[in-house]
Amino acid sequence: MTIQAVIPEDMELVYSYPASLTARSTHYCPGCTHGIVHRLIAEVIDELGIQGQTIGIAPVGCAVLIYDYFDVDFVEASHGRAPAMATGLKRVNPDKIVFTYQGDGDLAAIGTAEIIQAANRGESITTIFINNAIYGMTGGQMAPTTLEGMVTTSSPGGRDPNIAGHPVQMSEILATTAGAVYITREIVADIASINKTKNAIKRAFMAQIAGLGFACVEVLSTCPTNWNMDPWKAMEWAKENMAKTFPLGTFKMADAVKALKA
Amino acid sequence: MTKELLKGNVAFAEAAVRYGVQAYFGYPITPQSEALEHLSGRMIDEGRVFLQAESEVAAINMVYGAACAGVRVMASTSGPGFSLMAEGFSYIAGSEVPVVVVNMMRGGPGLGNIQPSQSDYFFMTKSAGHGDFHAIVLAPANVQELIDMMGLAFDLAEKYRTLVFVAGDGALGQMMESAELPPMQPVRTERPDWAVTGNAGRESRVITSLYLDPDQLEELNLHLQRKLAVIKANEIRWQEYQTDDADLLLIAYGTVGRICLSVMREARQQGLKVGLLRPQTLWPFAEARIAELAGRVRGILVAEMSAGQMLEDVERAVKGKVPIRFHGRMGGNMPMVDEILAEVWKLAAEIGIGEQ
Repeated sequence: MTIQAVIPEDMELVYSYPASLTARSTHYCPGCTHGIVHRLIAEVIDELGIQGQTIGIAPVGCAVLIYDYFDVDFVEASHGRAPAMATGLKRVNPDKIVFTYQGDGDLAAIGTAEIIQAANRGESITTIFINNAIYGMTGGQMAPTTLEGMVTTSSPGGRDPNIAGHPVQMSEILATTAGAVYITREIVADIASINKTKNAIKRAFMAQIAGLGFACVEVLSTCPTNWNMDPWKAMEWAKENMAKTFPLGTFKMADAVKALKA
Repeated sequence: MTKELLKGNVAFAEAAVRYGVQAYFGYPITPQSEALEHLSGRMIDEGRVFLQAESEVAAINMVYGAACAGVRVMASTSGPGFSLMAEGFSYIAGSEVPVVVVNMMRGGPGLGNIQPSQSDYFFMTKSAGHGDFHAIVLAPANVQELIDMMGLAFDLAEKYRTLVFVAGDGALGQMMESAELPPMQPVRTERPDWAVTGNAGRESRVITSLYLDPDQLEELNLHLQRKLAVIKANEIRWQEYQTDDADLLLIAYGTVGRICLSVMREARQQGLKVGLLRPQTLWPFAEARIAELAGRVRGILVAEMSAGQMLEDVERAVKGKVPIRFHGRMGGNMPMVDEILAEVWKLAAEIGIGEQ
């Protein structure tokens, strides 16, 4: 049944699924921000008119089934290798729009080499990096981005930097690469920040359409289930605590990206 | 076309260009780096894709990405790099995309050395990654066959949407001999109907190896097994030399197969009726033919540059019908004609034929 079919005749449809999103319920936990970011990406794809040319690379992690929720072509990468796969896909399809969607374990642990090298080569791809400071799918273990002192199922006494090292700041690292043209860290904690994140995602896709180089939007996200918080508290906690270790802001924006009208 | 003096690594790389490879991703490793070096210039000159990756892990995932787009794509490497690629092999097999990888085997395990070896036979034929799958494994014995098998490798990979390994060794990669390259073929421009190219004008496509439902994953596995059965029925290749009247059968592949041709000739001159079977596909393997010959000959000698890996497949085919001797060299050493010939005579003595 289409959405139109259930709307009374005298009512106007003012809000619906973006065309690039399938009308399917996600498997994400209540309060998880994957759904918000999925929608923002789909809206951007629609607005830029690139649905038919876009190829997504699915990660390993909670978003492993992302291709069920998007109505664009997708491939499934092995853990951390999405930027390498994207490199192969984009190099033989320079006219397509290729994006990776990666979590913190994927991008900041097992796939560190692939993301840094892809950024440094200036691959013309777009990366959406979901940082929720924990491994969601495998049951709440410590991530490379887990905050100091944060309790997880594999850091039961809280993350001790003397044992586990410090949280990895990927956007700061990626911004040092010559091939990156746009590196920004956003959050999806309220209407204003969600709108700002959408603009950043749009700018990152536009940078690829213009062939300017590598762009990555890091999105500070929540994991109420594995943080053992209700969704509201998780959102507040992300704003208060995550942004201290992972300051929001744009770490690199090439002049050509600045000139894009998002 | 005329014959030229060609180094194995350059020959297979140039053959790939002429057979229309559209993208190459690799990482330098001895003894196959000349292939990457050759392609670094040739591919760019031809307007195709060449990229030196940050690792073999990245290289095979770049290959995987390009294969999903439906282009003719390859990588080449040697033992340690082949190990790193195993992750990608498994995903490529599960996703059923066509990929060709050349493995110029070197001595192992570990860093081993850079001398020729055949010790990746188990790895390539039995389990090139996690999960149930096989790749087609081609085993050239000289530079001409290496060139010809590149064309065959791409054709088989695309025909069956499968992974194909070309299994050479350091000697084959490094040796120069006269051979003929194929004429330049046009690069294919159309993409197959399963490739991801953007969903314009059609439904979205997903290429994945993920099936959370056990029944669906079992169905994928059954489908892969059915496909492998078709490959087994149609693609077993081998060469035989003077097996018609043979009392003793030599079985060896690749460089050792070539050495055994000399062993066979010497043995015949010395009055022993020796034949040679040289497998050209290591998977699927010429089991039925070996079983048949085992019913006719009186003894079999297997020679390899390994501790006896293909030997297990020969034993499985022979099922104890005749005695089998094995001669293997390891560590990058190659068996010489004389030492294999001595083993032939020991086998002859064991079964009571011939007199030296």
